[in-house]
Amino acid sequence: MTRENLEQIAESENQRRAEFRDGINVCVATGCLASKSQMVKDALDREVANRGWEKHCQVKGVGCLGLCSEGPLVSTRSGALYKKVIAADAGDILDHAGKAPLHRLLCPTDIPFFHDQQKIVTENSGVIDPERIEDYIAAGGYSALMKALGEMTPAQVIQEVTKSGLRGRGGAGYPTGLKWSTVAKAVGTQKFVICNADEGDPGAFMDRSVLESDPHRVIEGMLIAAYAVGASEGYIYIRAEYPLAIKQLRAALPQAEQLGLLGTGICGTSFNFRIELRVGAGAYVCGEETALIASVEGKRGTPRPRPPYPAQAGLLGQPTLINNVETFASVPPIIRKGGDWYAGIGTEKSKGTKVFSLTGQIRNTGVVEVPMGISLRKMVFEIGGGIPAGRKFKAVQTGGPSGGCIPSEFLDTAVDYESLAQLGSIMGSGGMVVMDESSCMVDVAKYFMDFCMIESCGKCIPCRAGTYQMHRILSAITNMSATPEDLKMLEELCDLVKHTSLCGLGQSAPNPVVSTLKSFATEYKAHIEEHTCPAGVCGKAVGANL
Amino acid sequence: MATYIAKPAAPDQDKRWKLVDETMRRTGQHSRGLIETLHTVQQVFGYLDEKALRYVAASLRVSLSRAYGVATFYHYFTLKPVGKHSCSVCTGTACHIKGSAALLATAKHELGIEPGRSTSKGEVSLLSERCIGPCGLGPVVVYDQEVAAEETPKALALRLKNWMAT
Repeated sequence: MTRENLEQIAESENQRRAEFRDGINVCVATGCLASKSQMVKDALDREVANRGWEKHCQVKGVGCLGLCSEGPLVSTRSGALYKKVIAADAGDILDHAGKAPLHRLLCPTDIPFFHDQQKIVTENSGVIDPERIEDYIAAGGYSALMKALGEMTPAQVIQEVTKSGLRGRGGAGYPTGLKWSTVAKAVGTQKFVICNADEGDPGAFMDRSVLESDPHRVIEGMLIAAYAVGASEGYIYIRAEYPLAIKQLRAALPQAEQLGLLGTGICGTSFNFRIELRVGAGAYVCGEETALIASVEGKRGTPRPRPPYPAQAGLLGQPTLINNVETFASVPPIIRKGGDWYAGIGTEKSKGTKVFSLTGQIRNTGVVEVPMGISLRKMVFEIGGGIPAGRKFKAVQTGGPSGGCIPSEFLDTAVDYESLAQLGSIMGSGGMVVMDESSCMVDVAKYFMDFCMIESCGKCIPCRAGTYQMHRILSAITNMSATPEDLKMLEELCDLVKHTSLCGLGQSAPNPVVSTLKSFATEYKAHIEEHTCPAGVCGKAVGANL
Repeated sequence: MATYIAKPAAPDQDKRWKLVDETMRRTGQHSRGLIETLHTVQQVFGYLDEKALRYVAASLRVSLSRAYGVATFYHYFTLKPVGKHSCSVCTGTACHIKGSAALLATAKHELGIEPGRSTSKGEVSLLSERCIGPCGLGPVVVYDQEVAAEETPKALALRLKNWMAT
């Protein structure tokens, strides 16, 4: 594979596309699939065949178009976006192909949800067919790899990534360039690159969306990383709950191998790299890097103390680079357009864009990519479209079980690593769950504690026993049977578990409790002193309304 | 000097063991492939029984306790046969605040079992999952392979009643 070959593939793909007069893209990612978009695509295919339009109308299954709550989504080459499409609409859509859009199904695209986004990682989502490498190449795919291999030394690649200011998108925000250079300098008989696709935070689905919509982008990012740090073997560790993302990766890896973009002697150089898929088995703690490594080694996913960090001694004791899906997906554009370009987006300390999954009690739910530094208010009320049903906003939860709940008085905070940490929450992997007045914050804290209690691997005592005890107290509060002493004990436990647990899971498990205690103390008080739940959630026998 | 230890024979004539063997070969017949191999066993047999665990452990030369430890550590693996149908309630954050607790309570009430169990005659397995991803459509329930969006306790009860009746 040479640059010329790549250009040829891109050209013939563009030609193939130009032969069709019209194009219709149907979202077949998990969100729209759940609202039966496959039936829509099948209906369109059938209708095209019935009309004998196979030669001039292309129906393509694409990745996530973003606005999951309005799915199934269909977009046309002329720029129309249709929402809540059903199979019976196929004929009407084809009647309007290449003409004025079909007003009945039209989804307005001049709303902030679309025009306030800046798409870098998700630039191909909903545009290319994730099952065809040619489509990715036609969109400029693998040209960053060509550039890195052909024009740059590994040190220059690392320099470019450092210059971009990119920070780990898995949650902690460790500078990516620094991590890469540590692994590059480390000495070992072999080095590994691991992509952490164990997106475990409930309510977060950005990585799933990226993998389902544009799997080759992640592979290209891993290849560039491997070249930069000198690794020859890679793993993608993906959770079993994402069957479609696994399917797309299983299809994408052999395609890249066939074109000589993976394997030995990549693109005619001496660079060798192969990637294997490892499917997780439902353990949240495996998102922690040392636990993930144990799991790749076929063991129970329990973390170990650091140092040594995986950059020095990771998989099989060898230097290992672990980055999150979104981090790798950000790399190709950085190499293509330069680190300075990327560093021009975002805030002083948080560069670039971040993909969020916006869910909860909000009008527009789905995947959005915004520049760092955007305000939470803009996220919730403009992009998210506000709270439906005339209810009032209460809090936005970021960072999953390791994060916290941010109340309305901090809505003007900028979304970046430092600002969110100051509020007692974290950026996290990008899950953003909006809650309105019908949510009880004590119940939310209990929910996350229940999660951490079950997901605690049991290796260290503060986490294993502490989460259990905290959950017991939170249950007592929601049952209206807690005393003020219990609350004091809860606060002490939060402090203890945070400071004495072995890994991130335990250290951050108290965060949802601490942040709600701080911002919603009156709700705790109402449960304990007045035995009432202001939101009317607790104490109600669930399931009794049958 | 490396000693050659013969690979044990498959527990029985079932052809599906060939698929299990294939996974072990693909991962280099190494203990590193334990999780991958257990995935294959569960995929083709539906669950991991003692026979399978013994065979995989012996083939990959790991202790039975390690194989059992891995099989019980990860939520995804099950040591018991699953029901004819499966009802999986998503309990991710977005689904939780949109009422998945009521769905799970209804399912428990209808089937008389806890999540992770199957009904006595093997009609239905009840599962609770940690976020399956289509969070915009919560609360979601997965019936067999089909995702039901914005599910209500009423619809869930009806579906389960139908399954139990057939």
